[in-house]
Amino acid sequence: MTTTLTAPATGRQGPVAAEPGRLRRALSDSMTLTLRILLYYRHSPGLIAASLAAPLAMLLVFGYIFGSAMQVPGGGSYRAYLMPGLFVLVAVNGVVPSMVGAARDIGRGVTDRLRSMPISRPAALLGQTLADLLVSAVVLAMMVGVGLTTGWRIHDGVPRALAALALLLLFRFVMNWVGIWLGLLVGREDIAGQLSVLVFPIGMVTNVFVPTGGLPAWLRLVAEWNPISAVAAATRELFGNAHPLGADAPWPLRHPVVATLAWSALLLAVVGPLAVRRFTTHGR
Amino acid sequence: MSLPGNDTTRDGPPIVVEGLHKRFGSTHALRGLDLTVPAGTVCGLLGPNGAGKTTAVRVLATLAAPDAGRVRVAGFDVVREADRVRRTIGLAGQHAALDEGITGRDNLHLVGRLHHLGARGARRRADELLDRFGLTEAADRLVRTYSGGMRRRLDLIASLVTRPAVLFLDEPTTGLDPRSRNDIWSTVRELSAEGTTVLLTTQYLDEADQLADDIAVVDHGRVIASGPPERLKATIGTRVEVTLADSGHFATAACVLSALTGGESSLDEAERRIAATTDPDRSVTLPGLIRELDAAGVATLDAALRRPSLDDVFLALTGRTAPEHPAGSGPALERTTR
Ligand SMILES: Nc1ncnc2c1ncn2[C@@H]1O[C@H](COP(=O)(O)OP(=O)(O)OP(=O)(O)O)[C@@H](O)[C@H]1O
Ligand SMILES: [Mg+2]
Repeated sequence: MTTTLTAPATGRQGPVAAEPGRLRRALSDSMTLTLRILLYYRHSPGLIAASLAAPLAMLLVFGYIFGSAMQVPGGGSYRAYLMPGLFVLVAVNGVVPSMVGAARDIGRGVTDRLRSMPISRPAALLGQTLADLLVSAVVLAMMVGVGLTTGWRIHDGVPRALAALALLLLFRFVMNWVGIWLGLLVGREDIAGQLSVLVFPIGMVTNVFVPTGGLPAWLRLVAEWNPISAVAAATRELFGNAHPLGADAPWPLRHPVVATLAWSALLLAVVGPLAVRRFTTHGR
Repeated sequence: MSLPGNDTTRDGPPIVVEGLHKRFGSTHALRGLDLTVPAGTVCGLLGPNGAGKTTAVRVLATLAAPDAGRVRVAGFDVVREADRVRRTIGLAGQHAALDEGITGRDNLHLVGRLHHLGARGARRRADELLDRFGLTEAADRLVRTYSGGMRRRLDLIASLVTRPAVLFLDEPTTGLDPRSRNDIWSTVRELSAEGTTVLLTTQYLDEADQLADDIAVVDHGRVIASGPPERLKATIGTRVEVTLADSGHFATAACVLSALTGGESSLDEAERRIAATTDPDRSVTLPGLIRELDAAGVATLDAALRRPSLDDVFLALTGRTAPEHPAGSGPALERTTR
């Protein structure tokens, strides 16, 4: 009889047959896949340094070169204005490793290997984003250190500062999901690499580098409704840094914390299912 | 822990494919593929490039959705019960599917954890497999630094981590050195002896000959012949090849060969060679052949009978005739396939 032959083959490993509950399985799968990415970082410590490179270069170029000739409306140092914006760029940059990683996994067949295993599909993707969250917490902490040594200050106390950091990590998490979805969509590492250059201009059309009040009307509309502007405004508000608003600033900039939460929830609700769907049906 | 009424497999053949169709845009990759693999046997899927072997494996492994047809693995439907299927199978695809940025050991370890062997169980299993396949020394190096054959082996053992009841191997030995190939072959034999059902695709006909209990020849997305290797070979007659001492004897020799084999003979004037293939139901012996040629007064330099190899079966079935095949013109009794 077939079962007597195959039973030892599969039953020997107990845990496979024991089949823990769905949720526990999903959690354990996410943890395993988190571990996978962390191992990856362990063997490429340069990656963390590399993800600091872009914000540091911008600090140099904008904070010290352009900044030397910049006036913030309503006073205050430009570098103190810029710094929270750079934190937000760190969060936005979460798109890049997720997009490139997802595309690379498709190219290397890792996605197929995962898909041929009994893994909860959302858990497979969640694992990757959780790992990135841990890594970006480190990067963000380093950036805060850089900020504090270059004259930026927290003015509204530690609890609100921690809330600001939590908000930044939340937005990074959302950007990770956007990245995974895009990576699965393009499916090729080289294209994903090319696309990641776009993150910079998208981050520019915001209030990250300059207050939006002085922009031409059409550009100002785009910049003020850019979710990244809401995150930057929320961060500045929670850190107690100046965030000068134009007289007729739209709702998201006047209620930046709520707007950031709303944008995050909306983006996640749209992109999360799209990414899971794409992962499930890729190559079918 | 053994469970009453083990639910990891159901009774019946572990692999059943009926009328499977799969399209990619305008490419009709599978056009009504039928296949049944009994429990504990090894089935070899043979076919020319683009025949649809990989596509069939991907559908069986739940990676691709069938457009039409019924596909069951371990008794579970690959579409409706995909998760149950995934719990029973192991897959080593045509291209190694490894994480290059971590070590070989970690790759296996992660696969074990994803199959819920637990951290310790996954480690133990990884060590065991690495040792068994001679990868222990390289285990703690990044996969990025592995040679092609090492990757192939690591990918293969990743499919064995759970001791799957049904194993799919898509060209498992392509690019392996002879020793590694032998390792894989003996592993497949052992697994099969332990009750694992194996479906393997291969381009090496001797591999199919060595390993497979049954062979299915696939062409244009359909199985065009199937059965045990011996039976497939028996559908092709023995090839008779005679090199003449004198090209003046061609006509006589052709008559002798036709009478013996019941088939038409082909001439190679330059080499002074004449060849014919027997009808499958006729048997010819070498002494018999030489006796007949002598009696007709044909002087021969060389005469040989070549038992059909799977290559001949393959070539005959997939529409290319043997003489086009370079090795088909040699008098070798056994030929090695590349
Ligand atoms: N993702 C895809 N998109 C488009 N066409 C595809 C895709 N996958 C396979 N095909 C086509 O389907 C047909 C069967 O391909 P498949 O890979 O199954 O062949 P195979 O028998 O495995 O060939 P080989 O021996 O070369 O590996 C081919 O014509 C191939 O071009
Ligand atoms: Mg193939």
